[in-house]
Amino acid sequence: MATAAVTQERENYLNAEYGIKSWLLTVDHKRIALLYLMSITFFFFVGGFFALLIRLELLTPAGDLVSADTYNKLFTMHGQVMIFFFLIPSIPAVLGNFLVPLMIGAKDLAFPRINLLSWYLYVIAGVLYSHCILTGGVDTGWTFYTPFSTAFSNTKVIEAGLAIFVAGFSSILTGLNFVVTIHRMRAPGMTWSRLPLFIWAHYATSIIMLLGTPVLAITLVLVVLERAFHLGIFDPALGGDPLLFQHLFWFYSHPAVYIMILPSMGVVTEVIPCFSRKRIFGYKFVAMSSIMIAVFGFLVWAHHMFVAGISLYSALVFSLLSYLVAVPSAIKVFNWTATMYKGSITFSTPMLYAFGFIGLFTMGGLTGLFLSALGVDVHVHDTYFVIAHFHYIMVGGAVMGYMAGMHYWWPKISGRMYPEGWGRLAALIVFLGFNLTFFPQFILGYLGMPRRYWQYPPQYQVLHVLSTAGSTILAVGYVLPMMYFLWSMRYGKIAPDNPWGASGLEWMTTSPPPTFNFEETPVVTWEAYDYANIPAPEEAPIER
Amino acid sequence: MSASSDSPVAVETHDLALRHHFATKEQQREAASLGMWLFLSTEIMFFGGMFCAYLIYRRLYFTEFAAGSRSLNVTLGAINTAVLICSSLTVALGVRAAQMGKRKLLVVLMLLTLVFGLAFLGIKGVEWTAKFKEHHVPGASFHFEQTELDGKSIDPQHIQLYFSLYFAMTGMHALHMIIGVGMFVYLTYHSWKGRYTPDYYTPVENGGLYWHFVDIVWIYLFPLLYLIDLKK
Amino acid sequence: MFDNFPLWPTQASTGAANVDALYVFLVVLSGFMCVSIFSLILIFAIKYRRRAGVAAEQIEGSTHLEITWSIIPLFIFLFIFSWGAFIYFQERTPPRGAAEVYVVAKQWMWKVQHEEGQREINELHVPVGRDIKLIMTSQDAIHSFFVPAFRIKQDVLPGRYTTLWFRANKPGSYQLFCAQYCGTSHSAMIGQIVVMEPRDYEAWLGGGPVVPLAVSGQKLFSEMGCVTCHRSDAQGRGPNLVGVFGKPVALEDGRTVTADENYIRQCILNSRGQVVKGFPAIMPVFQGLLSEEQVNSLVAYVKSLATPQPGGQQAGQTVKTASAATQPEAKVQ
Repeated sequence: MATAAVTQERENYLNAEYGIKSWLLTVDHKRIALLYLMSITFFFFVGGFFALLIRLELLTPAGDLVSADTYNKLFTMHGQVMIFFFLIPSIPAVLGNFLVPLMIGAKDLAFPRINLLSWYLYVIAGVLYSHCILTGGVDTGWTFYTPFSTAFSNTKVIEAGLAIFVAGFSSILTGLNFVVTIHRMRAPGMTWSRLPLFIWAHYATSIIMLLGTPVLAITLVLVVLERAFHLGIFDPALGGDPLLFQHLFWFYSHPAVYIMILPSMGVVTEVIPCFSRKRIFGYKFVAMSSIMIAVFGFLVWAHHMFVAGISLYSALVFSLLSYLVAVPSAIKVFNWTATMYKGSITFSTPMLYAFGFIGLFTMGGLTGLFLSALGVDVHVHDTYFVIAHFHYIMVGGAVMGYMAGMHYWWPKISGRMYPEGWGRLAALIVFLGFNLTFFPQFILGYLGMPRRYWQYPPQYQVLHVLSTAGSTILAVGYVLPMMYFLWSMRYGKIAPDNPWGASGLEWMTTSPPPTFNFEETPVVTWEAYDYANIPAPEEAPIER
Repeated sequence: MSASSDSPVAVETHDLALRHHFATKEQQREAASLGMWLFLSTEIMFFGGMFCAYLIYRRLYFTEFAAGSRSLNVTLGAINTAVLICSSLTVALGVRAAQMGKRKLLVVLMLLTLVFGLAFLGIKGVEWTAKFKEHHVPGASFHFEQTELDGKSIDPQHIQLYFSLYFAMTGMHALHMIIGVGMFVYLTYHSWKGRYTPDYYTPVENGGLYWHFVDIVWIYLFPLLYLIDLKK
Repeated sequence: MFDNFPLWPTQASTGAANVDALYVFLVVLSGFMCVSIFSLILIFAIKYRRRAGVAAEQIEGSTHLEITWSIIPLFIFLFIFSWGAFIYFQERTPPRGAAEVYVVAKQWMWKVQHEEGQREINELHVPVGRDIKLIMTSQDAIHSFFVPAFRIKQDVLPGRYTTLWFRANKPGSYQLFCAQYCGTSHSAMIGQIVVMEPRDYEAWLGGGPVVPLAVSGQKLFSEMGCVTCHRSDAQGRGPNLVGVFGKPVALEDGRTVTADENYIRQCILNSRGQVVKGFPAIMPVFQGLLSEEQVNSLVAYVKSLATPQPGGQQAGQTVKTASAATQPEAKVQ
């Protein structure tokens, strides 16, 4: 096609400048997004590798693949890598960085150099943590509970703590950039009620990043100081209180799970209207639900501590509040479903991932009701039930949302189409592999199989074997997109500006966009999700 | 709510007051200001964790906290408080000087702020050295001689907790002061170079905001750490 | 691998059925919600799939629907909360007269001290049908006492006591796990709760000469010199401990606290900051000098002083075993 040759030669952010310096010293939010994409993908596979080793060890009841100490390091580092180096940055740092300015009609984020700094902080943290892995690792569990982490562990707790501390600042700066950008850099006519819900989701996420992460930072500082100087803030042998650590830790780490899920919800809220050709049902309620999740999310942290030794009355309060925070999530699920009603639905890869998200997030979220119920939590706390619950939300939810987003915006980011057949196949493999891996773990948990166990009684083996089988299938499902995304960068079909016929300012510029995003600053005079006026792809002429 | 765009096309300029991705100078100024305020809110949460630990342990072990507090040098602490308040005054006057384009005055005020900041750090160093000599630094060589206060017994572990928090909080504060001093070295240098004009003085303003914040943290730290139980 | 393949844990305590009832309700509710939502999505996906010439209908929303599907879940959630809270309240309120067993957790084993004096490692023998209250502490890191068959769990902390209670209602042997990661052999810190018929339990108790816990405590009380200050008349340099357990105590700094297990334990280890009003702060610090088990025996002894003796015997000289609650006939000392 003649247009293909034209689009290939057109200047965009990818070909504007060449050379490694132009990437490592870029201040273009889109290039920074790709820098993040490479680094978080690296850590995803590191964390995934640890997971595979864990699942292999758990094939048999006896501890026969690795030593107990090694196993303890594996689950610790799997958790820390996946949470701090993959999930927390993932959507915000890749899709958020790329899309927030585009979606609001801006030329860049408010602070481009701080954006680059946040990536370098992430890299420094990553190097530090990698060094920790390679020189012995850490075995405290991702939660660093005291006094084990401060007085009993013989591993590199300080190094791991400092690495995560630095990664936290990367997160804080990203959140800061987003909030200022969304407040101050919207294009003319882009009022708050015309913002894509992806932006609302990232706004809520950024508030949590800003207010929650510093508390983790100071908590890690105190742990490091205590371990280095035997201070006693958290160690009862020295007059301190281990529960103080847990309160401070969970004060961040609970809102952190909303950092991990809200952006995914934002992605799904973009994908479903597009592939239903319909505006989102209940825009205001979906926007408000993101804010409510962020606010209420700060009030429930001690539901991780129901059997930790807190008072009965504390527990009652936190259980009640935990049920309140479930309501806005339910609202979102109902709104997504209602959006499909009387729509015109196609089953593209992003839409398949979005379906998977709704299904698995619903299951994970419902099991949250189990955990918030005090009487049940006493039994299932610290068992595989909890592991299944959070993997349903973080992998079945957040990662599927991430995959949906990567496929949805891939044409915009790379200027190429990924192969749709392979995309759908991978989505199906991921969905099946995921359920086989984690559903048995609910049963395991209620049976009483505790977390963080290297060896276990033989009656649990069948369920573990099923779970490990599932994990190998899941692994295939994740490797496939890696391969075909890379393939597509060279051999993929050239993407038009708006292959999906989607609404949103990002689709009104070229694929890939030019360095400054828009030829002319857009002036917005239409509402969000204006699908009444956007033709579906087959009906639209190929642009330019 | 958003600033309206005067010129839709990207303005190619190396004007510090209007970077390429902003539409107007006002937008850039407001963005920078909002950014600094948000950053300060993260700092509040950061110090907040330590204040939370402090409040809990003070409530539990008041006697030890009172005894530890009495062992601090209130005079030096008060002088430091005055030093920081004066430095905030010079910072505020400095912002005004920048607004009015008075370069020389701005440089003097930036230098004065630096001097005050360094004085604070020096006095803090004196205090810490004294604590070190008295064996009040937590760790292997910690020893607090006093065993009771006003008839109430002092638990040696709990008094070490007080000092752990004392050093953690004043240490973190001092670290922020050092960063602030570095920032003001930068600002002094560039003020001298004439970089800040009535059109563009955002770094002075935002550096000033940071400095005021560090000052306010000290204004909380001083009574909480030094003035717990001042009866003689 | 397929020999023993359970999908549901045994119910072996009176509380287990309550927990299971709520769990089953939640499973049914979740199943219903999942089926509903998945069906709707499936139906919509098929019914409203893209067809040529059929456009989507732009629907802005419906405030009525939003409120309905916020309020109804909220009420269901509040119902679940109440049910769960009720169970939890029962779980955390040990019945009066429960037999008490002291548990000390350490890396990586469970040490059990019965009041009758028996000691066990990684095993706990109890009679069926009896309320058992565990008073637990850790020597090092945080552990967690977890018996899936009883549906109970409680973190075991260093530096204080936490408690757990149950009434086993089915004889048998049930898995005990440590459920809070505590280091290298966390997954080896497992054991058995052995629930026996009362007669078998008596037989087990009777095996071998044992000294009741409170009697060991009394002996230690004397050996460590506690008795020199804590006399049972008003002339001791330390407070009289007779009848003190469970009662409010006025402290030197003005607070009033209840003399529970944690208070007694803390006073023994280091009384600074908790000295009773009117007494000098001269009690030696025993932290590091006594093992957790020794502290448990002293606590058991002080608790035994709560009940005055019949026949006018002076407390401090004779100890009535607090294990009277566990056995149908009181053993006479």
